[in-house]
Amino acid sequence: MEFKTFVFYFLSAILVFAGLRVITARNPVHAALFLVLAFFTASGVWMLLQAEFLAIALVLVYVGAVMVLFLFVVMMLDINLDRLREGFWSYLPLGSIIALLMVAEMGLVLGGNYLGLFENSVPQSSAEYSNVQAVGRLLFTEYVYPFELASVILLVGIIAAVALTQRGKRKNKSVSPSQQVFVKAGDRVRVLQMPAEKSD
Amino acid sequence: MVDALQELLKGLFGSAFPLVWTLLKIVLIIAPLLLAVAYLTFWERKVIGWMQVRIGPNRVGPWGLIQPIADGLKLLLKEVVIPTGSDKGVFLIAPMFAFAPALAAWAVVPFNDTLVLANVNASLLYIMSITSIGVYGIILSGWASNSKYAFLGGMRSAAQMISYEVAMGLALVVVLMVSNSLNLGDIVRGQGQGYFADKGLGFLSWNWLPLLPMFVVYLVSIVAETNRAPFDMAEGESEIVGFHVEYSGMAFAVFFLAEYANMILVSTLTSILFLGGWLSPIGFLPDGILWLFLKISAVLFFFLWIRATFPRYRYDQIMRLGWKVFIPLCLIWLVVVGCWMMSPLNIWK
Repeated sequence: MEFKTFVFYFLSAILVFAGLRVITARNPVHAALFLVLAFFTASGVWMLLQAEFLAIALVLVYVGAVMVLFLFVVMMLDINLDRLREGFWSYLPLGSIIALLMVAEMGLVLGGNYLGLFENSVPQSSAEYSNVQAVGRLLFTEYVYPFELASVILLVGIIAAVALTQRGKRKNKSVSPSQQVFVKAGDRVRVLQMPAEKSD
Repeated sequence: MVDALQELLKGLFGSAFPLVWTLLKIVLIIAPLLLAVAYLTFWERKVIGWMQVRIGPNRVGPWGLIQPIADGLKLLLKEVVIPTGSDKGVFLIAPMFAFAPALAAWAVVPFNDTLVLANVNASLLYIMSITSIGVYGIILSGWASNSKYAFLGGMRSAAQMISYEVAMGLALVVVLMVSNSLNLGDIVRGQGQGYFADKGLGFLSWNWLPLLPMFVVYLVSIVAETNRAPFDMAEGESEIVGFHVEYSGMAFAVFFLAEYANMILVSTLTSILFLGGWLSPIGFLPDGILWLFLKISAVLFFFLWIRATFPRYRYDQIMRLGWKVFIPLCLIWLVVVGCWMMSPLNIWK
């Protein structure tokens, strides 16, 4: 067996195991951690396909940012697992329909021959070829309008999130730092001179 | 000699030779790094001692040189107390999460023109993504300790790291723009060209001068990113409790090692991105790995110097500095450099 194939199966085994544990782990924090492991190994698999930009972006965005915030939320929540489990049977019909749909779609992609997944081998590129450069060039030339559109939508999302958390006027007593740095000791403390009392 | 060794290993291991050779190179990077981490703690105590007109450690070995070894042994032999009700597995994994990224990032760091473990095109992107994993160590240790103090401390430190990562990332974007590459080696080589470099004054054409505001932002952000004084919320034992209160013995020592390994890593990055890496400052001196080590030591000394000089920041002031000062500054400077590069005054051609 080639070394690359061995690495692929090794990573895939971890990926499948981590994916299973995400849905079977009892503790939600553990489940989130297994999701992190799944992302990490998936990026390893992408690296094997020489899609280094996608692989690094997956770790940078999902592992480094999204999952951290996710963990924040999961840790703060007081989740009652028994209450969550109660609705399992009533959700099962809907859930199984969605699962069947997804399996059918995956089967179409993998089994159907209109995408030509198996006819064409994975393109091999030379060592000088830079994936990042190619993606960047495409984004800023051919797809510049969709790219700008997406960033504007994200900006709107950021502003909306800030606006949602801002409720009415601020009621805290924080001082403005620019005023704070100009404070002198004389403004805060007054030194009094008092005659010493005489002891009898 | 290297060729002879290669031939010998090829004969010994056959087809597994590339694996063994890479492992050997990894050991050659990691072992001196760990030694440097140990002696950085010693150097820190000495420097701060001298700045405060003390002597510093001088009892163990000549000039106190064995002190870090003695400290390490002591921490190894101490008991690791695991609090009741803590999540044992996560509690023990958390320090590794903090330490491993600081080692893994060295895979793509170039030491000179040819000396690099993995010369990948997207090496800077790789370093950014690997170091962003370090924040898990902080969050998980806070959560797994099953203590409100540690949990709040973990939240605080994690928020601090994430905030300064944004400012750091934006400062790096400017460096990428002017270098036109994500490869650390190319970034260094790009700094060796320009008006001043041709005149023999190489140090004036390094990135720190044309990108001075970004250099300052980066230099402050790395201090906040590594949780060091004056931004050391985690260790302000007199007024605030950090994420590792429940840790003891070697588990605590790994956090400690991670902090110093991260310091060395970010100092190396600063030297490569802004201070010209292995390039010599003056034309008539040869380039070499020695210059890189000198620059790293200078940045590390800066870390220790400000620790002995500045009082600790208050937490809300740290967040204000990151979000309200550095990020707007970076965004404006990004546009300024963009316009500069498009104008006829462009110096990075």
